Amino acid sequence: MEIEELFLLAFQALWRNIARTLLTMLGIIIGIASVITIMSLGAGSTESIVGEISSFGANVLTVSPGQSKRSPGGSSSIVTTLSSEDAEAIEKLANVEMVSPVVNKGKTITANSESTSVQVSGVAANYTLIKSLEFVNGGFFDEGDVLSAAKDVVLGDEAIEELFGSDAAEFVIGETVRIDGRVFQIVGIIVDSNEAYVPLTTAQTVLLGQSYLDKISVYVTDGELIDVVTLDIEELLLDEHDIDDPQAADFNVQGSQTFVETISSVTGTLTTLLSGIAAISLVVGGIGIMNIMLVTVTERTKEIGLLKAVGAKDRNILNQFLIEAVVLTVSGGIIGILLGVSIAFIASQMMNIPFMVTTSSILLSFGVSAGVGIVFGYYPAQQAAKLNPIDALRYE
Amino acid sequence: MSQALIKFQDVTKTYITGPVKYQALKGINFSIRAGEFVSIMGPSGSGKSTIMNIMGALDTSTTGEYLLKNKNISNYDGDELAEIRNKEIGFVFQSFNLLPRTTVVENVKRPLMYDGVDKNQRYERALEKLRLVGLVDKANNLSNHLSGGQIQRVAIARALVMNPSLILADEPTGNLDSKTAREIMKTLVKLNEEGVTIIVITHEQNIADFSDRIIKLKDGLVASDKKTRKR
Repeated sequence: MEIEELFLLAFQALWRNIARTLLTMLGIIIGIASVITIMSLGAGSTESIVGEISSFGANVLTVSPGQSKRSPGGSSSIVTTLSSEDAEAIEKLANVEMVSPVVNKGKTITANSESTSVQVSGVAANYTLIKSLEFVNGGFFDEGDVLSAAKDVVLGDEAIEELFGSDAAEFVIGETVRIDGRVFQIVGIIVDSNEAYVPLTTAQTVLLGQSYLDKISVYVTDGELIDVVTLDIEELLLDEHDIDDPQAADFNVQGSQTFVETISSVTGTLTTLLSGIAAISLVVGGIGIMNIMLVTVTERTKEIGLLKAVGAKDRNILNQFLIEAVVLTVSGGIIGILLGVSIAFIASQMMNIPFMVTTSSILLSFGVSAGVGIVFGYYPAQQAAKLNPIDALRYE
Repeated sequence: MSQALIKFQDVTKTYITGPVKYQALKGINFSIRAGEFVSIMGPSGSGKSTIMNIMGALDTSTTGEYLLKNKNISNYDGDELAEIRNKEIGFVFQSFNLLPRTTVVENVKRPLMYDGVDKNQRYERALEKLRLVGLVDKANNLSNHLSGGQIQRVAIARALVMNPSLILADEPTGNLDSKTAREIMKTLVKLNEEGVTIIVITHEQNIADFSDRIIKLKDGLVASDKKTRKR
């Protein structure tokens, strides 16, 4: 008996009860469609986030202060801080093009009677080069402003809108705002941002009263050398901070690659988790299949008796019903894949992320739906196969 | 005298349901030669269904031997019995003979599929038997669009398709009006004249009269075994 005939028989049997067939498949359709959609959106958003991070520049390293693993009773507890000297030392390293020390803190900015909360960063004049900031109007402060601790501020256009209303970006250059009650002059407005930048020296002395740094952005001459520079910085800072054990380092050096890895791992975990939840509906769908197949076997008891009378062996009956279950789930799987891909496409357009469907997720869905058919179709098929022909023929 | 096609030797059958034992056959002896047309008669409870089940390899005896073509099939397992049913026996039942919503020719072809006959030959062989029962023009009709008499003729065509040793018909005319019943019996007589062994289980004397030998059962034993005077 050829396998293709069994498939044909299965299609015929399922077609006879098309409404029931479709309803039974629904569980599988929904399960497969959700898995495909979630996997696709997961891959798309990872791609989108990774793309965004990479656009920061593959040759930017961030040095941030970290928790020292030494006991609190150790020699000096002040080592958890990055200093301006550290920044200057890093700048002298080979393959380092620029260094921008950063301090930051959330502050409330007021202008007239409006106020808004923003992250205020004190940075060097070269920060705009490292981050490739784009301006709506005006520009960044220069080195002279940093040396003189000028009360200049560069604001994001979103903050400007909060304070001065929409379309204010055109005319607010030169206007003043207050940060912690101190007057700052707006010198530039950046695109798509809710941040505020002031000269580092101004931030340290006037706003925060801190001499240490929160972050040092390091611009490496060549992205290929990022690992080398990372090691150099680690070595340098361990030396500067007088630490022997690298495990006890009181700072972290991270490239954008590290962020990418972290983000990918987070979205990957989330995708797996959500797919897992969606997969539960496949199990529920499978139980539905088993239920309907058991009903089918009961309904077709006389037919099974007749087939056995004309020479069907137990395994012929088993195969016939098993293939029927597999055809049911695989058809559901195919419809689910098409539905999932469509939903993923529409959703990715709406979420403005890349549309990504992997072949592996489609093959996986196909395999899983066939697997569900075999697993949940086996018991009913076995019930059919082991029917006694006399009892089956006499069944009313 | 040609050799026995079927031989029952002291065949008994006991059904056990829970604590209740019921002996349906109490020692049956008879043999049927190839080419015979035999009716097995008896009131309900006489054991004729049990005999039909054992003879049709749907069931096995409790004790005694059932020889089909000199092979004792009393100890065959499920798959071996399925093969005997497929190759040696053609069934015609009283009702539910055909697969619902399946074409006539698909129904007739089915035993060939279980025997692994080449796909291309099956259609031809099925048509050949449908021609024999005069239903070749209905080959592609769905089984549920046929009349009762046509259904029985399709069942006969299917019973013949494997060229079995015997045709076993269990009350084949039970659901038919008397005119159609006669036509079906005439079809069986015609096949018998062409050499097919036919065994009919019936409780109707006028049906049994078409055969050339009647075995009557009573309470699980053979009560009489006589040639009819008809032929």
